[in-house]
Amino acid sequence: MSKIEVCGLNVYYEKGTVHALKEVNIEIESNKITALIGPSGCGKTTFLRALNRMNEVNDVMTKGKVIIDGKDIYNGGVDVIQLRKKVGMVFQQPNPFPMSIYDNVAYGPRIHGMRNKKLDMIVEESLKKAALWDEVHDRLEKNALKFSGGQQQRLCIARALAVNPEIILFDEPCSALDPISTSKVEDLLRALKKDYTIVIVTHNMQQAARVSDFTAFFLLGELIECGKTTQIFEKPKDKRTEDYVTGRFG
Amino acid sequence: MMKAKEEIVKVGLCAAALLSVAVLLIVVGYVFINGIGVISLDFLLESPYRFEYGGIFPQIIGSICLVAVCLIFAVPMGVASAIYLAEYASDNVITRTVRFFVECLAGIPSIVIGLFGLIFLVYYLDFGICLLSGGLALGFMILPWTVRASEEAIKTVPQAYREASLALGVSKWRTIRSVVLKSAYPGIITGILLGMGKAIGETAVVLLTAGSGLESFLPKSIFDPVASLPVYIYMMATQGHTSAAYSRTFGASLVLIMMFFVISIFALLLRNRYIRRMGRR
Amino acid sequence: MLLGDSAKMPLRKEYTANLEKLKVDVQKMGELAKDSARNAITALVQRDSVLASRIIKENVTIDDLEFDIENRCMKLIALQQPMAVDLRTIGTCMKIITDFDRISDLAGDIAEIVLQIADEPHVKPLIDIPRMSEISQGMLSDCLEAFSTGEIKMLENFSDRDDEIDALFDQIRRELITITIEKPRFIESASHLNFVALHLERIGDHACNIASRIIYMVTGKRRKLE
Repeated sequence: MSKIEVCGLNVYYEKGTVHALKEVNIEIESNKITALIGPSGCGKTTFLRALNRMNEVNDVMTKGKVIIDGKDIYNGGVDVIQLRKKVGMVFQQPNPFPMSIYDNVAYGPRIHGMRNKKLDMIVEESLKKAALWDEVHDRLEKNALKFSGGQQQRLCIARALAVNPEIILFDEPCSALDPISTSKVEDLLRALKKDYTIVIVTHNMQQAARVSDFTAFFLLGELIECGKTTQIFEKPKDKRTEDYVTGRFG
Repeated sequence: MMKAKEEIVKVGLCAAALLSVAVLLIVVGYVFINGIGVISLDFLLESPYRFEYGGIFPQIIGSICLVAVCLIFAVPMGVASAIYLAEYASDNVITRTVRFFVECLAGIPSIVIGLFGLIFLVYYLDFGICLLSGGLALGFMILPWTVRASEEAIKTVPQAYREASLALGVSKWRTIRSVVLKSAYPGIITGILLGMGKAIGETAVVLLTAGSGLESFLPKSIFDPVASLPVYIYMMATQGHTSAAYSRTFGASLVLIMMFFVISIFALLLRNRYIRRMGRR
Repeated sequence: MLLGDSAKMPLRKEYTANLEKLKVDVQKMGELAKDSARNAITALVQRDSVLASRIIKENVTIDDLEFDIENRCMKLIALQQPMAVDLRTIGTCMKIITDFDRISDLAGDIAEIVLQIADEPHVKPLIDIPRMSEISQGMLSDCLEAFSTGEIKMLENFSDRDDEIDALFDQIRRELITITIEKPRFIESASHLNFVALHLERIGDHACNIASRIIYMVTGKRRKLE
């Protein structure tokens, strides 16, 4: 079943002078991991940020439809705040707030009105889901910035989980991490897809091959090919995809 | 050859650094030597009488009150403007104009601001020469510094914090309050500290708007004239001709310097503690 | 957006060169295995013990080559993370060198038989066995050509060609049974020839395996040929 359906999505930067995404059509399946790959500047991050309207933070024009659970999120009536609660995001650089572990995870739920016992529960649950609880449960009051990059990134995942999203967008979540931390995050992604729909942008093709169920290849703002990950890496249909995955350009 | 040249440059630069420190030490030392004799509990806690006699209690309290009024006005205004400029305003003619005027305001000599305070606050708004007029005029003076320092501080908050917060479904204003201002706090404190330093030592503005400097009473309301240390020092230095006036000039100067140090150290400690708690750098 | 010309620039030069070298060596191994099989039948027909001994000796070279190629495949997989057509090529290489090795082993087995029966005349004139060899040689040639050119059209009729070999094998077997029933003293020679035919039939099967791997390498699709 497809969770997200993108129809004719176009994104323009710089007052319409840069056409960053061109007529993208794709369906993203529920409870699966979809990886977006492609060379730098191919539009994969722009596409990701179109899914929770984070592009709007910058000066960006968007045309087309992004239908999540049957509703077009670019429709005038949609509340961005509700949308972003439903579609969480984890960024390239681990970006915990300069606060304690607890406050970081509690940040979202607190602002959305959660208090006391219930908040404690959510914090614990989110940290457990992010496979971080065992490492930090006795140090919840410690400043998040004192922890390692890998732990910080899992903390950011816990923070995203705490507002109870249905979809989580990952923007190159492992590019700043060492291989061991990367493996932990990848294991976590596989564990999370049971409950969430996951879309991940990655520069690392092996990572896409390792974790994802579906892979979409972007080039120069166009979606070139999308299919089962095994198909994309074993027998891509498009010559350009083949050149990219075999490392013939990039 | 190269090495000798390197050495000369190094020695020269070191000498310049030492000279700067020396100038500071000479000024402070001179004030200290000439002023320490007059400092006593009586000097700090009594009111002045017959011009050059008595203590400087109302002057100390007056300076504190003036700075307080000044900050109550300038900090919220400055931070609010900074938030607008850094977070909301897009780069257009209006914001460029606002920024230009803020820069200009910073360059206006304090005597002109004092004059403006006299005409606008004292006469036009009819506040009279009083604590409110003096505090507000001082506020006008340090406003550009608070705006600029706060804007810089807000701009150095990593974009990643804002995006992280926005991506959690938190509104922009809430994000600014919960994340941006919290992270920008040390920088804003530095800006306020700079402003306080300027305000507490400012003479011309206060002379024209707050009082004669020799008042022997404490202000009962913000509409009362108020004494202040810099004006007192100015009066003593220019009008007093006795050795009592001379030593009081330096005694009051010493107190002023000490107050400035206390404020600076306190603010620095506050800032360092905050930075430590934030765990940055 | 910064792609432009760099998109056309060849990357991973050393990797590409290694991959090419790998293909050349697999090709070479294939040629050797194919020659062994052909020479084995020549030695049989001409009852040439010298040639047969040479085949047995050459077997060692082919074994060494197999290990070498396999090692290089493993190294490429471990160090270069090959994808798509590269991955299929390396996978195919690893699979078909086993087939080539088996073919050379079978050729060696035939050569062993030649050494045992070289002193006596054949129990019957050899017509069908060279015919089987000819067909399997053709199949192997086509495999090797397809492997190097990527042109797989001539692999399409492999099932038919294999059927032909199977039919010939059946025929030879029946013939040899008839001979042994009539002249039981030929039982040993006939049994030897029966094995030669069986080995040739196997070589045909290996050719089919190789062909289906090459089709996968080129198209990414699995197709069973037998």
